Amino acid sequence: MFQVSAKIIYNNKIKKNYFEIALTAQQIAKSALPGQFVNIKVSDGSEPLLRRPLSIHRIGRKVARSQSHTSKEKEFIVMLYEVVGKGTEILSTRKAGEYLDVIGPLGNGFDYEGRPPQSAGGRPPEQCGGRRMKDDGRIVLVAGGMGTAPLVFLAERLRERGTKDERRRTKVLIGAKTKDSILCEKEFRDLGCEVRVATDDGSRGFKGYVSNLLKKELSTIDYRILTIYACGPIPMLKEISRISLEHTIPAQLSLESHMACGIGACMGCVIKTRDVERETKDVFEYKRVCKEGPVFEAGEIIW
Amino acid sequence: MKPNLKVKIGKMELQNPVMVASGTFGYAEEFKDFVDLKKLGVIVTKTITLKPRQGNPPPRTCETPAGMLNSIGLENPGMEKFIQEKLPFLKKTGVPIIVSIASESDTDEFITLARRLDAIKEVSAIELNISCPNIHEGRRARDEGRLVSQNPQATYEVVKAVRNVTRKTLITKLSPNVTDITEIALAAERAGTDAVALINTLMGMSINVKTRKPKIAMVTAGLSGPAIRPVAMRMVWEVYQKVKIPIIGMGGIMDTESALEFFLAGASAISVGTANFINPKTTIDIIAGLKKYLEKHKISGIKALVGSLII
Ligand SMILES: Cc1cc2nc3c(=O)[nH]c(=O)nc-3n(C[C@H](O)[C@H](O)[C@H](O)COP(=O)(O)OP(=O)(O)OC[C@H]3O[C@@H](n4cnc5c(N)ncnc54)[C@H](O)[C@@H]3O)c2cc1C
Ligand SMILES: Cc1cc2nc3c(=O)[nH]c(=O)nc-3n(C[C@H](O)[C@H](O)[C@H](O)COP(=O)(O)O)c2cc1C
Ligand code: FES
Repeated sequence: MFQVSAKIIYNNKIKKNYFEIALTAQQIAKSALPGQFVNIKVSDGSEPLLRRPLSIHRIGRKVARSQSHTSKEKEFIVMLYEVVGKGTEILSTRKAGEYLDVIGPLGNGFDYEGRPPQSAGGRPPEQCGGRRMKDDGRIVLVAGGMGTAPLVFLAERLRERGTKDERRRTKVLIGAKTKDSILCEKEFRDLGCEVRVATDDGSRGFKGYVSNLLKKELSTIDYRILTIYACGPIPMLKEISRISLEHTIPAQLSLESHMACGIGACMGCVIKTRDVERETKDVFEYKRVCKEGPVFEAGEIIW
Repeated sequence: MKPNLKVKIGKMELQNPVMVASGTFGYAEEFKDFVDLKKLGVIVTKTITLKPRQGNPPPRTCETPAGMLNSIGLENPGMEKFIQEKLPFLKKTGVPIIVSIASESDTDEFITLARRLDAIKEVSAIELNISCPNIHEGRRARDEGRLVSQNPQATYEVVKAVRNVTRKTLITKLSPNVTDITEIALAAERAGTDAVALINTLMGMSINVKTRKPKIAMVTAGLSGPAIRPVAMRMVWEVYQKVKIPIIGMGGIMDTESALEFFLAGASAISVGTANFINPKTTIDIIAGLKKYLEKHKISGIKALVGSLII
């Protein structure tokens, strides 16, 4: 974890209320893993008082020329956010060249094949419900609304897995309210993913919730070799969790919760979980979304 | 001339008067990437109970104007697990450790906890949290659900009982949710506490008008942050005029200036709470800021500042 004063490289509106912000935070960029997040102080004063958590959307790279004319690659972090209240509103007014106080990378990210062992976020298999993710299998990413943000970073890291082998191509299901709020379709395609879109109003692609699209897609995939990664609103995640348990498909879900500290100190961000080993319903444990999460195994969560 | 930041609280000699408020610094390990822990005056743990507590259902926190509400409900691993799993790291910091304790039932539980801690050399002091607004068991049935720290007699009894079983420095943490906080502070002093810490959170509430639901699952919760600073300041000032023991001041301290205010009002030491969530380095910044202030104003030591308010 680092606390850095990060310079805004750009902070652009991409569509409607959606913005993309890039920050020079090299230490964070170098160590971040998909599913991890940063906690940003959007203003200097006490309004708003608390930091705002945003997922790391992807790691950018730019070539910086030093004075000795040797060029060095520098990583930076990119976040995708929606203006929903005063904090994100203020963030959207911050200009390139200004500095923001950023803490990260935070939390435990997604567990996936090819991830360096013993990494900050790497979780032992027993924490993923004792089930190993299927290394040679198929991967489906389910993104609902703003939940697209961390899944682009994941798709980037999954890219290395044989894009040529059609059977192993990552499939992405993007859910949005209407056709003009579909996020990152092009990014996923550029990363070699197979993309399907669902809109609530049917203005593009499948009409209905992305979880229903998932159900439909499952009939075309051998789900015995499947792993699901999802991020989005709670009702969507709840439904995906149900589907995954019904078909015993391993699923990792990235959750949100109200956070005060983001570093595991206040115990404010907890969700109710069960001990997957014991499978007992009445015994529960609170886990911190900012520390043990934000990514949880579907079977762990008590909705 | 190097300004002297040293203070004495009970039997503790502190290298500086900057502490962390219970429940806002975890068990210190959470902050090791941000703070050079050995620079702190003292570390206060999250409140520990005898048995493990799962705490209250979420949502547990929400933001309010210049503050926040919390109803964590004292989630903690219980005394034995704390000693096994959290204390070893705390010991390694080399900084005096204050363990905050609370009882879910009666005075006997405080006595059991205090006896257990009394036997541990590295524990420098015990802080009695008789002021947590977020646990119902801690409220006394015969007092119609009031906190121990809302009743001078109850405060006296608990402090006295613990005083009888430990020679370690004893700090009593007071609630601002009272008519006259000086009565409670005096009762704690009479019972033999070495210092009083104030304030714990102010009872508050916030509603989501779209859903008509309270923003906190337990409905009411404790308010902290800059919003409560003037209330805390007034209470430190009132208590300072009545008691002889040192006061540990807290409530919305965000920076050196707000810390200085508390010293002027009568605090011998200060605690940083909610600010740790916003800038985890707040304590370190304040230690440096206090030194600078004393140097600039040619004041020999922080003690000279305590209660030096000019009226
Ligand atoms: C781990 C994590 C990762 C996140 N990643 C992203 C991301 O990549 N992009 C993005 O746009 N948003 C993300 N969020 C949500 C984002 O933090 C909130 O939208 C933001 O804090 C709202 O701040 P505000 O001041 O604009 O809104 P507020 O005025 O505080 O609230 C506006 C609305 O947002 C809700 N809200 C406030 N804080 C949170 C929160 N922490 N989590 C969920 N809802 C909240 C409120 O209940 C309210 O309905 C993430 C949240 C978490 C916990
Ligand atoms: C999330 C949170 C948890 C807290 N937990 C405890 C606790 O366990 N024991 C305690 O005595 N005080 C607890 N407090 C109160 C603080 O120690 C402090 O008295 C109060 O927050 C006022 O200071 P501040 O405004 O600087 O935060 C907690 C406060 C917060 C915000
Ligand atoms: S936000 Fe403080 S513990 Fe998670």
